[in-house]
Amino acid sequence: MPEALYLEMYRKMVLIRLFEEQARDLFMKNMMRGATHMYIGEEAIAVGVCAALNEGDTITSTHRGHGHCLAKGGDPKRMMAELLGRATGYCKGKGGSMHIADLDLGILGANGIVGGGISLAAGAAFAAKYRNDGAVCVCFFGDGAINQGNFHETANMAGLWKLPLIYVCERNLFAEFSYSDRFLADQDLTKRAIPFGFPGIEVDGNDVLAVHQAAQQAVARARRGDGPTLLVANSYRIMGHTIGDPLTYRTKGEVEEWQGPLHDPILRFKEYLLDHQVFEAGRLEALESEVRTEIAAAVQFALESPEPDLEALWEDVLGGYVNE
Amino acid sequence: MSERIIEFREALNEALHEEMERDANVFIIGIDVGQYGGVLKVSKGIYERFGALRAVDTPISEEGFTGLGVGAALAGLRPVVELMYIDFSCLAMEPIINQAAKARYIFGGKADVPLVIRTQGGGGRGNAAQHSQSLEAVYAHIPGLIVVQPSTPKDAKGLLKSAIRNNNPVIFIEHKLLYNTKGPVPEGEYLIPLGKADIKRPGDDLTIVSSSRMVLFSLNAAEKLAAQGINAEVVDIRTLRPLDMETIADSVRKTHRLVVVNEGVRSGGFAAELMARAYEQVFDYLDAPIVRVTSEDVPIPYNERLELAALPTEQKIMDAVHSLF
Repeated sequence: MPEALYLEMYRKMVLIRLFEEQARDLFMKNMMRGATHMYIGEEAIAVGVCAALNEGDTITSTHRGHGHCLAKGGDPKRMMAELLGRATGYCKGKGGSMHIADLDLGILGANGIVGGGISLAAGAAFAAKYRNDGAVCVCFFGDGAINQGNFHETANMAGLWKLPLIYVCERNLFAEFSYSDRFLADQDLTKRAIPFGFPGIEVDGNDVLAVHQAAQQAVARARRGDGPTLLVANSYRIMGHTIGDPLTYRTKGEVEEWQGPLHDPILRFKEYLLDHQVFEAGRLEALESEVRTEIAAAVQFALESPEPDLEALWEDVLGGYVNE
Repeated sequence: MSERIIEFREALNEALHEEMERDANVFIIGIDVGQYGGVLKVSKGIYERFGALRAVDTPISEEGFTGLGVGAALAGLRPVVELMYIDFSCLAMEPIINQAAKARYIFGGKADVPLVIRTQGGGGRGNAAQHSQSLEAVYAHIPGLIVVQPSTPKDAKGLLKSAIRNNNPVIFIEHKLLYNTKGPVPEGEYLIPLGKADIKRPGDDLTIVSSSRMVLFSLNAAEKLAAQGINAEVVDIRTLRPLDMETIADSVRKTHRLVVVNEGVRSGGFAAELMARAYEQVFDYLDAPIVRVTSEDVPIPYNERLELAALPTEQKIMDAVHSLF
């Protein structure tokens, strides 16, 4: 039993959940600007997939990106500082929730455009193939974004050139403010891989071990040079599209069901770990408490951080602008 | 440095060969750029010399392969994407404007995007409305992009080499009627800096500011004007963003008159930007209102007589100049 891995996956899932709950509170207190999108309920996907990756591998993320960033090793302090628009944030306060990136960790950015990361992922996978460095790229996107043209354009190229790319479609059942099934001519999203000649595999996106196993297979296939895989991870978006979404399009009962012990990915994993006696309840609760402290420290770091200087407005529009 | 006379197209081809030789991270990607050698023949011989991995033929998927280029640039490669016509760049505006142009700024300065998008712009060859646009002002409107429009083979080569070595996204616009033009190009290695205008013809009586093929029109007009006793200075801006306003302002301070020429249509075009900047910076030096020569506010028509009427011409430039005296 890979205990260290399980403990780390559990820690990351709790970290994402508590980070998001904290971010929601800050947003509700008007301490954040613009819009933000919560990953609550989908933690098992980012964590299960990223646990199958190496340091040199890359990911592209979405507008609902906090979970991917944390799962790939992003620093909650710099993320929280970015949410509060501080100079110490990942983007020096100039990106906000939808633009957090850590290129050193292979996190090629959250993205404000639905599907915007999809073609970037093809580029990162192309770069890995070009350099023959054994790296893979994971492209996270949703069951709304799968209808974008660039998914089909780049899936064709990725299949054609056998790029080391793993498409992870997070099927959270919603496309912005609607059920996504209203916009899918065929509800079986795995079929979207068929015309491009690579496998489409469905997985329970709220079962972190199932996600991890499927991701490992897809990553191994990509590293072997056999090309992409489409993983369709079934889940549920617990919160609205954005914070403040009135949620008029769904019932409270449905949400409560997905939040219950049969569905919630953290409760399910915890139950698994306890049932299989991998860890004692006390060990997991101690871990939860450590994460709570970490999140509190991240908030404190953000609150104590300075706002950007006004000069930052003009910085980094162009860079390294040398005519070497 | 000794020079030889070569075509604009060959100059670009040399730049690609030299930069791909110099840096293994440089590759070209686009529709028919590899085995076929490029519809524009700018990438002739690249596939044979560097192979399929570095001369990538793509499906007809402009958004997809342009976005792939942006992602590859973020991952550290130096892609040179060819968009066969600038009109087709409309299919790829998402990765260009939302992704490439923004990445450095929104990622707190950490992201380099060493991407060049080579594309063919302009009218005059009967390609009609969807293959003849001058969309440089669209991209010059976007912070985070560099926009280049060379007018001579020498500039084309030196600017393309600089664009490839630069760590920012560059929209490199080649005029379709310049590919066959010839001019002196140095034998050895040289670079032309981005963001620097060039005085193509010195003069004292007025300044004509233009770029791309319009520089050739302006120079021809200047020769005819000289015969009439009007000595025009022709400034080739070469880079639209960032704009070398200093060279333009210095010229106007000397000549006190300004005509701006841009092939884009009039409304919201780059000529308007040049006029506005000049009014902001050198209004007090002007002896006459600034006049602009642009395309008419219409889609570019197919019929030759109509197309010529739509585009700027030497005669229109001369008429504009005469209106200042």
